[in-house]
Amino acid sequence: MSKVVLKVDKVGMRFNLSAEKVDNLKEYVIKMIKRELYFQEFWALRDVTFSLNKGERLGILGLNGAGKSTLLKVVAGVLKPTEGTVTTKGKIVPLLELGAGFDKQYTGAENIYLYGAMLGYSKEFIKEKYDEIVEFSELGDFINVPVKNYSSGMRARLGFAIATVVEPEILILDEVLSVGDAKFRKKSEKKIRDMFDKGVTVLFVSHSIEQVKRLCNKAILLEHGHIIAEGNVEDVAKIYEEKTK
Amino acid sequence: MKRLINNFKKYRFLLVELVKKDIKLKYRRSYMGYIWTLLEPLLTMIVLALVFSGLYGRSDKLFPVYILTGRLLYTFFSNGTKAAMKSIRSNGAMIKKVYVPKYIYPLSAILSNYIIFLLSLVVLVAVGAVLGLRPNLYMLQAIVPLTLILVMSFGVGMILSTMAVFFRDLEYLWGVALMIIMYASAIFYQVESVAKPSNIWIFRLNPLYALIRNFRSAILYQEWMHIPSLIYAVVFSFGTVIIGTIMFYKQQDKFILNI
Repeated sequence: MSKVVLKVDKVGMRFNLSAEKVDNLKEYVIKMIKRELYFQEFWALRDVTFSLNKGERLGILGLNGAGKSTLLKVVAGVLKPTEGTVTTKGKIVPLLELGAGFDKQYTGAENIYLYGAMLGYSKEFIKEKYDEIVEFSELGDFINVPVKNYSSGMRARLGFAIATVVEPEILILDEVLSVGDAKFRKKSEKKIRDMFDKGVTVLFVSHSIEQVKRLCNKAILLEHGHIIAEGNVEDVAKIYEEKTK
Repeated sequence: MKRLINNFKKYRFLLVELVKKDIKLKYRRSYMGYIWTLLEPLLTMIVLALVFSGLYGRSDKLFPVYILTGRLLYTFFSNGTKAAMKSIRSNGAMIKKVYVPKYIYPLSAILSNYIIFLLSLVVLVAVGAVLGLRPNLYMLQAIVPLTLILVMSFGVGMILSTMAVFFRDLEYLWGVALMIIMYASAIFYQVESVAKPSNIWIFRLNPLYALIRNFRSAILYQEWMHIPSLIYAVVFSFGTVIIGTIMFYKQQDKFILNI
């Protein structure tokens, strides 16, 4: 019996689209007095339900604005769904916009500790894995240079190395496999494949059907926040291809 | 409650890292680094003491201690609440990517400023010793205002950080409010010299002055603390923590939509 590690149950996410963004007090008061404070409702996700067993790899397909990234953020716990629940078991590692959380004035080495702490690692764990992270990121002596002087590729490499040093139960990938140069890309893909072999559960968002087919064994297709197809990756990819024609 | 404690334990290391980061980066690119925590209050004290003793022709030998006790507390309150207010927005990139309990951000902002504040108390000890203050039992009372100001800053910081996410104007408004609080805290003048029946309420209402007054009782005047202002400060401090925490928890899921 394989066990369910991720259960998304009737999740809906509602945003308020105010016609104009009101973010200062004066405007807010004026609009309130004039009764112009109306909000347009927008459901980025509605009634999304699926569950994943350990080791299953789900590709999420859909056109721009279909709600793919919102879904990932809800699963990662960053966004709280307006309705429905998300139940997860074990450690989730989100690989979203690598290195976005670095402090630019901090050196690479200091950021390893900071970013690691954000991801919920313990101090001992980071100390133990420090050399491995530095080695994998291929930063060498640059590790003691402030991150603001890094190239975007270096930043992404360091972010990838820190995030993947654990063995998560659930891995969230948002088109990050296109990180760095060809050599590093191969290396990072290998690392992710190793995780697959260890039975990690994956959520993967990509516009490249090829990549999704290569990496995933299940897929869902989102349109305007609803799941319109789910199941075998080949079948769903076919429907998606029809849609994009 | 148990969940809350477990959660806190899990993220304690992150809290330590964030506090460390604030302190490390604050002085990173200056030549004298951490010495500034001592030098800065010392220099402003000298300026204020020269200006105001010259202005009023004051001959009070302990006037520098008077200034320093007020200024150190005020500076911490001002810097701490300002940093906490901005903490959600300045950590916005992180909040959007990884789940972390969000109260960590204002809390770490307050704590890092508190540590810098505690370090700068060395100046007070040194100046007091030079000017002839000798240690005695009354001084032990100082621990009460020193603890309360941490609680108060955290409470006010939580309220401000919640509101500032939705109303950015608050960052400017609070700057003005802090100026009013500064003049109502009797940092460089004696309350008795300006107090009239018509304006004494300003001082009575100012919770920060209640703390400064009791801090001076402990350090400078060596007398028992003024109980009514102590009670006022306690109620205000814990009141703001309760209100701030409730506000923060009610609104925190909406933060991400506004940063």
